[in-house]
Amino acid sequence: MSLDPATVRRIAALARLHVDDAEVPRLQEELNGILGWIEQLNEVDVTGIEPLAGAAANALPMREDVVTDGGYPDAVLANAPERIGAFFAVPKVVE
Amino acid sequence: MSLTELTIAAAADGLRRGDFTAVALTEAHLAAIAAENPRLNAFITVTAEAALDRAAAADRALAAGTARPLAGIPLAIKDLFCTEGVRTTAGSRILGNFIPPYESTVTRRLLDDGAVFLGKANLDEFAMGSSNMTSAFGPVANPHRRRQDPDAVLVPGGSSGGSAAAVAAGLAMGATGTDTGGSIRQPASFCGIAGIKPSYGRCSRWGVVAFASSLDHPGPFARTVEDCAILLGSMAGHDPKDSTSADLPVPDYRTACRRGVKGLRIGVPREYRAEGMAGEIEALWAHGIARLREAGAEVVDVSLPHTKYGLATYYIIAPAEASSNLARYDGVRFGFRAAGGGDLRELYEHSRAEGFGAEVRRRILIGTYVLSAGYYDAYYLRAQKVRALIKRDFDEVFRGVDALLTPTAPSAAFGQGEKMDDPVTMYLNDVFTVPADLAGVPAMSVPAGVDADGLPLGLQVIGRGFDEATVFAVGAALEGMG
Repeated sequence: MSLDPATVRRIAALARLHVDDAEVPRLQEELNGILGWIEQLNEVDVTGIEPLAGAAANALPMREDVVTDGGYPDAVLANAPERIGAFFAVPKVVE
Repeated sequence: MSLTELTIAAAADGLRRGDFTAVALTEAHLAAIAAENPRLNAFITVTAEAALDRAAAADRALAAGTARPLAGIPLAIKDLFCTEGVRTTAGSRILGNFIPPYESTVTRRLLDDGAVFLGKANLDEFAMGSSNMTSAFGPVANPHRRRQDPDAVLVPGGSSGGSAAAVAAGLAMGATGTDTGGSIRQPASFCGIAGIKPSYGRCSRWGVVAFASSLDHPGPFARTVEDCAILLGSMAGHDPKDSTSADLPVPDYRTACRRGVKGLRIGVPREYRAEGMAGEIEALWAHGIARLREAGAEVVDVSLPHTKYGLATYYIIAPAEASSNLARYDGVRFGFRAAGGGDLRELYEHSRAEGFGAEVRRRILIGTYVLSAGYYDAYYLRAQKVRALIKRDFDEVFRGVDALLTPTAPSAAFGQGEKMDDPVTMYLNDVFTVPADLAGVPAMSVPAGVDADGLPLGLQVIGRGFDEATVFAVGAALEGMG
């Protein structure tokens, strides 16, 4: 499978990464190099193998469904690039 | 011996005997940082004042007889661990001004045990790299130089390059690191120190900036195997705040270092004998095998047939998880926000494009692609199945042996700017370290010798899941063979 320029732009849009038109050929080449290299996994017979999501030894633990944290909006907002009162601020979304 | 050359074990004894104070120990390391960090760039942030306050508190605790095991021990903290009130950058412009309002569990445990934090160590951006060349805060220099070419500046390895360089150069007695594909073991090998990636779940990931959550392993660096055992004993333990943290008792790793290897069965996996492996690395490996035999271990050939697929599997799974984890950096709640107008979508796209470096952007794109509709089964699901086969290889081989011995890396440290031509060349550095991350089993790099240029080389000991104790026993038996 080989990426064309339109696919590079589509992936960048899905990833919310701005890509200049001038960057597309280089990205296309690098990504195709990586994808060509990982194609080697097609040699492996994976018939009947269950996928492994992680190496954690046990089933995920359960806990009581209760509030255990919170109540400090100033700490939560302390690193915000822009805030208005106790809210994160973003450019206007609805006219 | 100068205070910056002591082991953690010797320093802890010296502090208790009153040979020197914790303040003097921290001052000696801060002086070394002031002298050497401009050249090495091992620290992004130095917290001198806070370190001296902590050292003074350690001296009071020592005098009162209430000192904890790491009281007064100066450490470097990889700048991927959130530290309350101290800037935590992940080596990225996008977190360049981020000041966490909380402390990671691992660093909290070290603080509770009395450790002194000297500052935050440099790293590849978001721990993505094998050379420390991708840091937004500049590359790190390896304190070692080639005998034949002393002017060439070498990389310390990565991603925990600042941590390894700081410990090797005597700027810190030990350091924290994280290992997702080899980021503790490869820099330990390149810098001539010890570093262990414990089992997945042994050290909490809570408060560690996430790269690939199913692969991220916090662990320690130090100049000796025993010092790593001391640090891991403090860092490890169950944490309800990390749902993958293992609820298992933490054995006494320091005692395990003195256990010896008599009667152990050590496997030598034939698939690690990579084509074109440097003769010096082959010889070092043979030397390590001979040493374990002399110490009473039985050494047997074993096979891990899916080893060669480890890297390709890793470079699907790790970018996939990264593309998901790094979605949170959007210029809204914390971190860098691009200047200029535009709508919300443009704010996201420009903040991320300007905030992330080239390697991080590349991995986000690869990860997004392998998870996208139509490609998920062909890439991501297939990689998860190969991961299952790699883990099964380890499960089967550990029925017959207690530990495995391999080289840590396919080469000694290389020069800054080398292996940068295409991304895959850099990825090949991790060929021997990636399988243990995929399987979640503990693995340690032990300094074992030097090449013809005088550069350090490491050997890797891989153990059964949650059997770090045997890894320490074998590591201690190999130590000092160079």
